[in-house]
Amino acid sequence: MSRDALLWLMLALPFAGSFGAALLPSRARDAAGLLAGAVPLAGAIIAAMLYAEASGGQLARTELEWLPSLGLNLVLRLDGLAWVFAFVILAVGFLVVLYARYYMSPEDPVPRFFSFLLAFMGSMLGLVLSGNLIQIAFFWEMTSLFSFLLIGYWHQNQSARDAARMALIVTGTGGLCLLLGLLLIGKIAGSYDLDVVLASGDLIRASNLYTPALILILLGAATKSAQVPFHFWLPRAMAAPTPVSAYLHSATLVKAGIFVLMRLWPVLAGTDTWYVVVSSMGLATMLFGAWAAMFQQDLKGLLAYSTISHLGLITVLLGLGSPLGLVAAIFHTLNHATFKASLFMAAGIVDHETGTRDLRRLSGLFKFMPITATLAMVAAAAMAGVPLLNGFLSKEMFLAEALENHRGTVIDQALPVLSTLALAFSVLYSVRFIHQCFFGPPPKDLPRQPEEAPPWMRLPIEVLVLACLVIGVVPGLTIGPFLDLAARSVLGSSTPEYSLAIWHGFTMPLLLSLFALVAGTVGYLIFRDQLNRRESPPLMRRVKGRKVFDSVLAAIILAARVIEQRLGTRRLQMQLRLIVVIALLAALLPFLRYGYSLGTHPGTIVDPGFAVIWVVGGACAIGAAWQAKYHRLAALILMAGAGLASCISFVWLSSPDLAVTQLLVETVTTVLLLLGLRWLPPRVKDVWPEGQSPWRVLSRRGADLTVAILAGAGMAALSYAVMTRQLPDTISREFVTRAYPEGGGTNVVNVILVDFRSFDTLGEISVLAIVAITVFALLRRFRPAADSVAPPLQQRQQNAFDDVREDRRVGDTLRDYMLVPRVIMQWLFPVTLLLALYLFIRGHDMPGGGFAAGITLSIGLILQYMAMGARQVESRLRVRPIRWIGTGLLIATATGAGAWLFGYPFLTTWFSYLDLPVVGKVPAATALLFDLGVFILVVGATALILVALGHQSSRTPRANAQPAAVKED
Amino acid sequence: MEIVLSLAIGVLTASGIWLILRPRTFQVVVGLSLLSYAVNLFIYAMGRLLVNAPPIVESGGVADPANYSDPLPQALVLTAIVISFAMTALLLVVLLASRGLTGTDHVDGKEPD
Repeated sequence: MSRDALLWLMLALPFAGSFGAALLPSRARDAAGLLAGAVPLAGAIIAAMLYAEASGGQLARTELEWLPSLGLNLVLRLDGLAWVFAFVILAVGFLVVLYARYYMSPEDPVPRFFSFLLAFMGSMLGLVLSGNLIQIAFFWEMTSLFSFLLIGYWHQNQSARDAARMALIVTGTGGLCLLLGLLLIGKIAGSYDLDVVLASGDLIRASNLYTPALILILLGAATKSAQVPFHFWLPRAMAAPTPVSAYLHSATLVKAGIFVLMRLWPVLAGTDTWYVVVSSMGLATMLFGAWAAMFQQDLKGLLAYSTISHLGLITVLLGLGSPLGLVAAIFHTLNHATFKASLFMAAGIVDHETGTRDLRRLSGLFKFMPITATLAMVAAAAMAGVPLLNGFLSKEMFLAEALENHRGTVIDQALPVLSTLALAFSVLYSVRFIHQCFFGPPPKDLPRQPEEAPPWMRLPIEVLVLACLVIGVVPGLTIGPFLDLAARSVLGSSTPEYSLAIWHGFTMPLLLSLFALVAGTVGYLIFRDQLNRRESPPLMRRVKGRKVFDSVLAAIILAARVIEQRLGTRRLQMQLRLIVVIALLAALLPFLRYGYSLGTHPGTIVDPGFAVIWVVGGACAIGAAWQAKYHRLAALILMAGAGLASCISFVWLSSPDLAVTQLLVETVTTVLLLLGLRWLPPRVKDVWPEGQSPWRVLSRRGADLTVAILAGAGMAALSYAVMTRQLPDTISREFVTRAYPEGGGTNVVNVILVDFRSFDTLGEISVLAIVAITVFALLRRFRPAADSVAPPLQQRQQNAFDDVREDRRVGDTLRDYMLVPRVIMQWLFPVTLLLALYLFIRGHDMPGGGFAAGITLSIGLILQYMAMGARQVESRLRVRPIRWIGTGLLIATATGAGAWLFGYPFLTTWFSYLDLPVVGKVPAATALLFDLGVFILVVGATALILVALGHQSSRTPRANAQPAAVKED
Repeated sequence: MEIVLSLAIGVLTASGIWLILRPRTFQVVVGLSLLSYAVNLFIYAMGRLLVNAPPIVESGGVADPANYSDPLPQALVLTAIVISFAMTALLLVVLLASRGLTGTDHVDGKEPD
C-alpha cells in the first residue's frame, strides 16, 4: 500500500471502528473490546511501518482536494512530532482498551463506551496529523465533543453530567478562541497550509495581529491543557470512568493544548509576549497544581491536580522559548503520559478492589495486592523524579533549563526556586499516595475485601511501568531516536545538542533534585496528619475558577430568562401581531425613502363583469372574517366564495392551469374543514361580568382592525404600483421560447413544473408527502373530542321514526334518505377516474397535469367515503395511500436519477413523439413519467389526509350513522 | 383590471390578517386560507395581467413570449396552492388535536384569564 493510503487508513480506522462498535448490541462487551483493541493495534502497526520508511527524516504528506476555490485542501502531514504523538495515542489507547475491558462493569453499555473512545482516538489522531489550520480546529472541537461524551458516560450521575457540561463549555469556548487565533494566523501567513505557515514565522511575529492571535491561541491551549485559571474542569472530569481519566486526562486530550503550542512553536515562540505570558501561566499552574495535589483526599483528585502541575511544567518549558526547553517539553510529555496513565490505572484498580478512593480510608494494601502496589510505587517514583526512571531525566532537563538565564527578568530569577518548590511538593504527594495506600496498618471497614487485580488488567500497567524503567535506565537506546526525530521536525537545523545520559556529574540540577526529594519526604513525615485533616487546600480560597464559572453560567441563564420574560411571549396572538406589524414597518421603509409612484404600463381595461365578481368575492372575504367566530359553516362557505372569485380571476387572466388546480384544491379543502368542524366546541356569546367594561377587548380589536386594514391597503397599493410598471425582462422569456423545442410540451406552466424546474416540484411533493404522513401519524392514536352538538332535528326525527317501528332499525331512514345522492356519487366514480386520467394525459400540452389529476382522483375517492362510509368503501376497495405516496416519490426520483444512466445531471428530461394507432400522435417525454410520480403521490397524500380525518368519525360510538358535518346552532 | 385585482388583494389580505390575529383556532385557519388567496393573487400579478393569452404555445416553431401571459408566476402559484392546502390540512389536524387534548379551541391551548 502506498504511504498516502496508509496515512488515510490510520486516520479512518478509529472512526470506522467507532461506527462498528456503535452498531453492536449493548451487551456485546467482548466483541466491542476486540474491535476496540484491534483498531489501535493496527494503527500502531501502520505507524511503525510509516516510521520504518520515514526514518530518512522526510515527512509523509498527502492531500485531498477539498475546497480548491478557497485554496483549502485536506492535508495529512506526518512529521516527527506528529508521529511521536500518534504513537502515544495509539499505544496508550491500546493499553487503555485492554484495561477498560476488565474495568467496565457488565451492567454498563460497553460498546457505546468503546465507540466513544475510538471516535476520540480518531479525533486526536486527526488533530496531530492535520496539515492545515482549519483541520486542527475541527479535530480539536471533535476531541472536546467526545471528551464530553466520555466524561458523561455514566450519565445517570448528576456529577458526571455536570462535569461533562463544564468540560464541554470550557474547552469548547477555548476551541472557539483557538479557531479565531488560527484564522488570524492563516490571514497573516496568507494560507492555512501548515507548511506555509511554519515557513512564515518572521512574518507572523512581525505582524500587528500577532498579539491577538497569540492570546486567542493561548486561550484555546490553556483551557484544553487545564492551565490556571481554566484548570477547574479537569478535577471535576474525574467523574468519568477511570480508563477515560487514564487516556484523556493524562495521556492525550490534555496534551492537545501542549501539542498545538509545540506545533506552532516555530512561528509563535521567541517573543517577549510569548515568554512572559506562557512561562508565567505555566509557572502558576505548576505551583498551584502541586500545592493543591498535596491536599487531596481522593486518589483520582490527587492525580488530576498532579496532572495540572505537570502540564504547567511543560508549559513553562515551552514558554522559555529555548530549543532545549522544547526538547525537554516533548520528552516530559512522553514521560508524563507513561507514568500518569499507569498511576490512573493503578488508582482504578484500588478503587475497583476496595470500593473507595479516599486516601484516609485506604491503608496497608500492599499485603493484598503486592504486584499492583509495586507497579504503582515505580510509577509514583517516576512522577516524583527518582533516578533511574524516566521522570528523573526530563526533570533534570527541566531544572537545567530553569537555571539558565533567558531574559534576565523576575521570572528567570524566581524560576529555580519555584521549580524546586513545586518538585518538592510533587515528591510529597507521590510519597503520600504510595504510603497511605499501600503501607501502614491493615485497612478497616472497606466497602469490599481487597485482592489482587486479574493479570490482564495489570498487564497495561506493567507495560507502561516497564517503559518508565527502560527509558529511565537506557534513554539513548530507547527514546533517543524518537525524541530526536520529534525535536528535529519542529526545530529543523537549530536542533540543539543535548544529552540523555543518566549521570552528568554533581551538577546544580542534580543537587536541586536531591534537595526536592529529601524535602518532599521529610515534609510528608512532618505534615501527614495535618494533610489528612484538610478538606480543601489552604490559601486556595481565592482561586475560585469553578465558582466563577458557575456564577457566570448562572448569570447567563438568568439573563436569558429575564430577556425571554421581558421580550418573549408565549401567546400566539401577540407573536402574530408582532410579526405582522414588523412586516408592515419593513415594507413601509422603502416607501418612506423613495416615495410612492405609479408606472406607465397601460394595463388592461376594466371589465364590469370582473369588477362584479370581486365585489362578491370581497364581500365573501369580509363576511368570512366577520362570521368565523360564531358561524363556522357560514364562514367556510363564504371563504370558498372568495376562493371561487380568485379561481375565476385565474381563468379570466389567462391562467387556466391555476384555475383548475385552485378549483380542485378548494373542493378538497372545504371537505376537509367540514370533516373537522364537528369536533370544535360550541361557541357562546362573550358574557362580560357586571361592572367590567369590555373596553380592553374593544381597544384590542380596534388595534387589530387597524393593523389589518393598513396591511390590506398596503398590499393593494403595492400590487397596483407593480402592475402599472412594465414587466422587466425575466427568465420567463426563456421558458416560453424553449418550452416546445426543448421540453416537448406546449403547456409552458406544466413544462416548467415537470421539466425546467422539476427539482422544485420534487421538493414540493416531498413536502406534501411529509405533511400527509404527519397528519396520519398525529391522528393515528388520537381520540377526537366529543361531538359538540346533538344530531340535527331532522335526523332526530328520522331516528325517532325508526325507533317506534318494529321493522326498522335506527339509521335506516337516514340511509334511504341518502339513497339518491349515494347512488349518484357511486356512479360518478368511474367518471371522475376518467376525468383524472384525461387531465393527466393532456397536462403536458393543455391545462391539467399531475397535480390536478391527482386531486381529482382523490375527490372521487372521498366521494365514495361520503356516500358509503369508510367501512363499506374499504371492504370493496383497497385504499393504501401510504403505498401510493411511496410509489409516487419513487417514480419521480427514479425518473430523475435515470438521467444519470445516460450521463446527464439529475432530472434531465428526454422527449419524443410517438405515433400510436387510433390515439394519434402523443408526446412521450420522461417528464411525463415524472408527472406520473407527482400524480400518484398527490392522490396518495390527499387521500391519506382525508381518510385519516374521516376515520375519526368511526372512533366515537354514535358517529357511524351521522353525516360527516354537523352544522353549529 | 389592475385596480380591481389590487383592491381584491387588499380586501383578502385585510380579512386574512384580521382573522389570524383572532383567538380561536378556526378563525386562524380561515384567515390563513384567505391570506393564501391574497398572496397567490399577488404573486400571480407580478407577471402582469393579460386577457386571452394563456401560456399554451403553438407546437412547432419558436414562440414569441409577448403573446403569452407570464408562465413563471403561474408555476410558482400552482406550487403555492398545493402547499397551502397541505398547510391548511396540517393546521386543522393540529388544532383538532389541541382541542382534544386541552378541551379548548383557543390558540394558546387555554382560555384567557
